[in-house]
Amino acid sequence: MTTWTGKLDSRDSWVREKLFLGMPFREYVRSLMTPSNFVVLVIFCIGLPIAVIRFTQGLEPVTNLTDDYPWGLWIGFDVLCGVALAAGGYCLASAVHLFGLKQYYPIVRPAVLTGFLGYFFVVVGLCFDLGRPWRLPYPIVYSFGVTSVMFLVGWHVFLYLTVQFLEFCPAIFEWLGWKKVLHWANKLTIGATVFGVILSTLHQSALGAMFLLAPGKLHPLWYSAFIPVFFFISSIVAGLSMVIFESTLSHRIFGHQVSHEHHANFDRLTIGLGRAAAIALFTYFCLKWIGVAHGNHWDLLGTTYGELFLMEMLGFILLPLLVYVWGIKTASARIIRLAAVWTILGIIFNRLNVSIFAFNWQLTDRYIPHWMEFAVSITIVTVGLMTFRWIVNRMPVLYEHPHFSATE
Amino acid sequence: MDRNSFLKTLGVAGAALTSLPSLGKARTRVISPDWMGMLTDLSLCVGCRRCEWACNDANGLPNESLSSFEDQSVFDETRRTEAYKFTVVNRFEADGYPKPVYVKKQCMHCIEPACASACLVKAFRKTSAGPVLYNEDVCIGCRYCMIACPFHVPAYEYSDAFAPAVKKCTMCFERFTEQGEKPACASICPQEAITFGKRSELLQLAREKIRSHPDRYVDHIYGEHEVGGSNWLYISPVPFEQLGFRTDLGETPYPEMTRGFLSAVPLVLVIWPMLLMGAYSFKQRKQKAEHSCTIDEEEVS
Repeated sequence: MTTWTGKLDSRDSWVREKLFLGMPFREYVRSLMTPSNFVVLVIFCIGLPIAVIRFTQGLEPVTNLTDDYPWGLWIGFDVLCGVALAAGGYCLASAVHLFGLKQYYPIVRPAVLTGFLGYFFVVVGLCFDLGRPWRLPYPIVYSFGVTSVMFLVGWHVFLYLTVQFLEFCPAIFEWLGWKKVLHWANKLTIGATVFGVILSTLHQSALGAMFLLAPGKLHPLWYSAFIPVFFFISSIVAGLSMVIFESTLSHRIFGHQVSHEHHANFDRLTIGLGRAAAIALFTYFCLKWIGVAHGNHWDLLGTTYGELFLMEMLGFILLPLLVYVWGIKTASARIIRLAAVWTILGIIFNRLNVSIFAFNWQLTDRYIPHWMEFAVSITIVTVGLMTFRWIVNRMPVLYEHPHFSATE
Repeated sequence: MDRNSFLKTLGVAGAALTSLPSLGKARTRVISPDWMGMLTDLSLCVGCRRCEWACNDANGLPNESLSSFEDQSVFDETRRTEAYKFTVVNRFEADGYPKPVYVKKQCMHCIEPACASACLVKAFRKTSAGPVLYNEDVCIGCRYCMIACPFHVPAYEYSDAFAPAVKKCTMCFERFTEQGEKPACASICPQEAITFGKRSELLQLAREKIRSHPDRYVDHIYGEHEVGGSNWLYISPVPFEQLGFRTDLGETPYPEMTRGFLSAVPLVLVIWPMLLMGAYSFKQRKQKAEHSCTIDEEEVS
């Protein structure tokens, strides 16, 4: 902590302090030459040329999308998984600001930041997939398709991005030292949190509801009138698991920024989050079976698609749930973390099942993503992680700013 | 606040609230007794594919000489509509039917189109003349219409980077509304297998054909009720499921599928704030109570 206050007190130059982490430019550049940054460079060297091809030659040369498979990896992974995994922001913000679970205060900011960046890069990914991305604002300002579930998704993602930005503003203002605006930004917190929960409820479920229009294409084991509820509840599961995963990584990588008392509490918080995630996961597991019962599709469990469904239900919902329970019983944060990663994979598996594997189940030809589609997705995730690191290294996200005691 | 202005405020608030559910109820349906449609009689089609040629010609799509369309090898695989093929003819062998059956595929021009209810920028509209038309000028290229279409019809210009559009049959809307001509496929068909006319009259014609030749047709007009009905109709000598038609799509119009969800939206908008602010104020009160408790204890000690 002392080194941090020391740096903030020095008055060399704004740029050096705020952008170059207090180092002279040359030293800063030298500090960037690390093995991990080399990997990032390699990823960019592959990803950027593909982006150029995408935006000059169209979708054809870089994707395996067809007229029967208009949505591929970029929608299935970048958008559907991205939004679900960014749900931690609203879960944690409502737990702390609305339900008064104060002990989770130290991890709200990283969760909100993860949420904001998650959504931001969902939109970036969407821009790769849209035929005419420069028309992205059309549903907001120009032409309104109010009968469309996607219209709702578009509006809500737009509003929620704004809300999450407002929720993160206190960290930015503390970083810049703008006390007056900070005061106002803090006042907005409750309103922003309530609005954020409403928007999240609606667009998380709306992403599922989009598939209500494909009853003849999505396999009956995944198609259900309850699909909006599945998407909503699983977003809570995904958000909480992602907070466990993200905070673990943050503690490993940025451990020096975290205060000692928070370090000591950290395992307890992880177990608490694990308990919440387990309850949500159990609810989700029951709901999915209600979906099967509601459609009376038990006979389909014996088919090939039934095997895929059982793999999802047992291998990626029930098993991680049992691991969560095991972690809670033995009070082991390590086991909880394992369960979190497994759950995240399960949610990704579910979103890909809905959008790709169980979609067009009656057609014989299947969609397999082009390697360039993977490359673009990996590049976007990498840029997201870089942005997260850039912000965490500069703004008071993982630690309390020494000049502002943040607890309300 | 006097009584009048109070009632006025109440009225505005009520209007604001009740107009919200209409988001979910906004309908794409235009009911018109006079709208036009097409009837394809599959017992008459001989698979000459002249309709494909005429369609390409009328829509300015890449085309070849008429004679090249006599090539039978294209029937070896089942084709679907593409960005530059608004209609395709496929060949099917049906049980107990002596001849192959040829099926022309194109946009069905649904009465309540799934594509229109999917579109977030209102690029599709059901015209009162019958055809479902697409407006390229507002399309953002999300391709949700292609996900929603139960008939796998709309296609996309994936190789265009700067102005990609969704492509599909227009039932030659301009041709028949402005030039008073029949759609290109119906004009060229040497077998008169495609009839253009008012949908209501086409239904009568189809029923009449089925009634007078029960040996020649199965008793089913495809498109009369499927997904709420379409302006393109088919009659066939063999059951439709043997000809690549989906007969499991039901009679519910696709916009109905999301209507329930959309009408729940305003409920969440109104109820959630109450629940969340309730939870928040309970929390505040509890904290206040705990706070005053600790103060009391301190005073006692």
